[in-house]
Amino acid sequence: MIPRTARTVLGLATVTVLASACSLSGGSSGGDAQQTPTVTLVTHDSFVAPQDVLDAFQRQSGIKLKILKSGDAGELTNKLVLTKANPIGDVAFGVDNTFASRALGEGVFQAYTSPEADRGPQRYSVDPQHRLSAVDVGDVCVNIDPAYFASKHLPEPKTYDDLADPKYKDLTVAESPATASPGLAFLLGTVAKYGEQGWHDYWAKLKANGVKVDSGWEEAYTKDFSGSSGKGPRPIVVSYASSPAAEIGDDGKPRTKALLDTCFRQIEYAGVLTNSKQVPQAQKVVDFLLSQQFQSTVAANMYVYPAREGVDLPAGWAAAAPLPQDPATLPADQIQAGREKWIGEWRSLMGA
Amino acid sequence: MALAHGRVTPAQIARTAGLALLGLLPVAFLVVFFAWPVVAILGRGFSAGGVDTVLADAQTWQLAAFTLVSAAASTVVAVVAGLPVAYVLARVKLPGVGLARTLVLVPFVLPTVVVGLAFRALWPDGGVLPLVLANAFFNVAVVARTVAGLWSHLDPRATEAARALGASPWRAFRTVTLPALGPALASAAAVVFLFCATSFGVVLILGGGRYRTLETEIYLRTVDLLDLSGAAALSLIQFAAVLAALALGAIARRRRENAVKLKQSTPRRPRKGEWWTVGAAAVVIALLMTPIVALLLESVSTPGGWSFAGFRALASTGTDDALQVSGWVAAKNSLAAATDATLLAMAVGVLASVVLVALRRAPGRLARGMGETMDAALMLPLGVSAVTVGFGYLVTLDALPGDLRTSPLLVPLAQALVIIPLVVRMILPVLRAVDVRLRQAASTLGASPARVWREIDLPLTARSLVAAAGFGFVVALGEFGATSFLARPDAPTLPVAVATLISRPGELNNQMAYAACALLMIVTVAAVALIDRFGSVRGHGSVGEF
Repeated sequence: MIPRTARTVLGLATVTVLASACSLSGGSSGGDAQQTPTVTLVTHDSFVAPQDVLDAFQRQSGIKLKILKSGDAGELTNKLVLTKANPIGDVAFGVDNTFASRALGEGVFQAYTSPEADRGPQRYSVDPQHRLSAVDVGDVCVNIDPAYFASKHLPEPKTYDDLADPKYKDLTVAESPATASPGLAFLLGTVAKYGEQGWHDYWAKLKANGVKVDSGWEEAYTKDFSGSSGKGPRPIVVSYASSPAAEIGDDGKPRTKALLDTCFRQIEYAGVLTNSKQVPQAQKVVDFLLSQQFQSTVAANMYVYPAREGVDLPAGWAAAAPLPQDPATLPADQIQAGREKWIGEWRSLMGA
Repeated sequence: MALAHGRVTPAQIARTAGLALLGLLPVAFLVVFFAWPVVAILGRGFSAGGVDTVLADAQTWQLAAFTLVSAAASTVVAVVAGLPVAYVLARVKLPGVGLARTLVLVPFVLPTVVVGLAFRALWPDGGVLPLVLANAFFNVAVVARTVAGLWSHLDPRATEAARALGASPWRAFRTVTLPALGPALASAAAVVFLFCATSFGVVLILGGGRYRTLETEIYLRTVDLLDLSGAAALSLIQFAAVLAALALGAIARRRRENAVKLKQSTPRRPRKGEWWTVGAAAVVIALLMTPIVALLLESVSTPGGWSFAGFRALASTGTDDALQVSGWVAAKNSLAAATDATLLAMAVGVLASVVLVALRRAPGRLARGMGETMDAALMLPLGVSAVTVGFGYLVTLDALPGDLRTSPLLVPLAQALVIIPLVVRMILPVLRAVDVRLRQAASTLGASPARVWREIDLPLTARSLVAAAGFGFVVALGEFGATSFLARPDAPTLPVAVATLISRPGELNNQMAYAACALLMIVTVAAVALIDRFGSVRGHGSVGEF
């Protein structure tokens, strides 16, 4: 009779599902279900923080921090927008100035002014309600391989215009703004420099000068760039102001260099999610992200500069990865209004 | 014999109803973890409007055409390269064939970002050719092992008779062997086509933004632009293409029911002209191994010479804690998630297969129609973008108790979705081949259906079950699309760890990424070797079709 078969199979299936659930819950901490409130921090894939600092926060605040990584800045923002009615966390970190307007326009974040915000983060404030607090700044800059230019007796390029100079034909590799965030930042840098119309001409010149466009940072930096482990053919790449800090040779000197006149500033923000059920605790997490303790970890762990003033940088950063003095930037509203249009125009211009 | 031809007895109706109930379990799984999220996210796209604009755009159709043509090209390459390998795996007795059977599966589980970068090293400018070849590279194993499964069971006497009547070896192959292999070939081709048409990372890296497919465009519009209506429109087209590929595969499989009688044939040393085929297979395997060897070399080379620093670093979290856990913990996570996914997929897949077989044997058009619909529905997860499912989870799963959206259970669930179709394709043919008369005899002697299953079906299909479980496990180990979307940072799998490491600057992180990749290959080879040892009849492949 079928019912018996059904029972057997159902039993088997249940046991299987339970067994799989067991082996999983073995990994996560089901043990400490005491009164410790758990706050979920939704962040991007590049989030890294030393465990001892996170543990110290838990001891001091009595809040257990659960970290949920959710893609890059754009993907994170879009996930927050999709889940705003019933968010997947309480607080988010990693929405940057290229996506801040979308998040604010969709009402993803609620107002909160951290007492720590007046130590520097307020310089990067995006809205009067302080729904977002700046946590770190990172600049996307053109990087070069100085050894290449020395060996060819070619002066090192310095500016955006140099990249379009026939002297440097076929030497540059960049990322597509449609698929890579440094690519988008680089495009925005050229929009800031040459204006909403002028950037088309500049990119047409770059194209004529043999710029190579990759879809992601990985291919551009590790396969095409000559200054990285891949020893590719091109000595000019779009990367970060902090990248040279990861390319320090045995002599203690960086093998690559960021061109500080070609930078676009990305600012990463944190904020309390609108429908969080633990607002006071979520606010404490924002305070923690802006605290001296956390801010002193961001340079070494995430290759970005702390938004807070007076935080020491790792040894060697002053020489290898100084913070650019005068990076390009654009207002978040202008980016929000133009982003999709510019990417579309860029795609048809470059045939990509 | 209590078989009432042409007349449906009440007992049979009750039986069909019971089967339908049993079938509800896998159906419910697919509805909750696949159909509901996908429909919900597409629904948002449709309600936003603008779907018709995208469908009317000429660029959309160029995209669709490129997707289909390049996937078809990759499928042809995979079939042409896979056939001689299948021949060797099925028919040839030479030292090293066993090793080849194991190695040929390695490409199938490599992280796409790593294979993309390996092909970029050979073709620095990317383009259509490396894109087509890389997609084929991943799938030669599907063709080789599927076709070998049937080929090793083909009765060699038909070919011998043709040869005795004066046919040339080529003619005998073309007129006797190839038609007999047709169903397995078509079935494999359909699966390969699905994998190629929905491949993501490879297209992104090797297409360099110039060559885009429906899948990369769906990803872009969903993840970066939040253009859900555009993504929904493209998903519709992809869905139509997938249904067409499934229909073709199903037609080919149905023909198999009338295939020649199968018989186990014994591999032997190749003679004269057959050495050419063996040579071709050797070339294919050498080509498949080239990127693998390159990856292994990359994992031990540093500017200062050879070094195992990358492997030693697997015990750590990388330079400046690039990972949140060490490489070994990531390996452990991979094993745990793949185990859970396999158990889940086996539970759903076996249940579904049992029901499908019974529905096919049940009298009446209705039961048969239900069976065929369910068969096709089980394959659909292979053809829907991982990003669509992942974003669908975000907008639906909070309605379930426990808010599964951020649960670590999601990774094995999503991996199970990918491997259930493969499990079903491997188990179903074997279950169908179980002689009906054996079961009927047992029933007549008073055995309950459960006992029939335990005493007849289970022993006869045990090896295929092991093989399917093992194969599903290997696929889950290498699964990246859905996993990268859902894996939590404190529990990355190896492919996710590789992708994280490779996206950070610094020599050591780079070596560690390749070392983690090598580790993934070693685990895969070990797992495949175990499957082939325990899951096959007399040491050669009966891994079935998928």
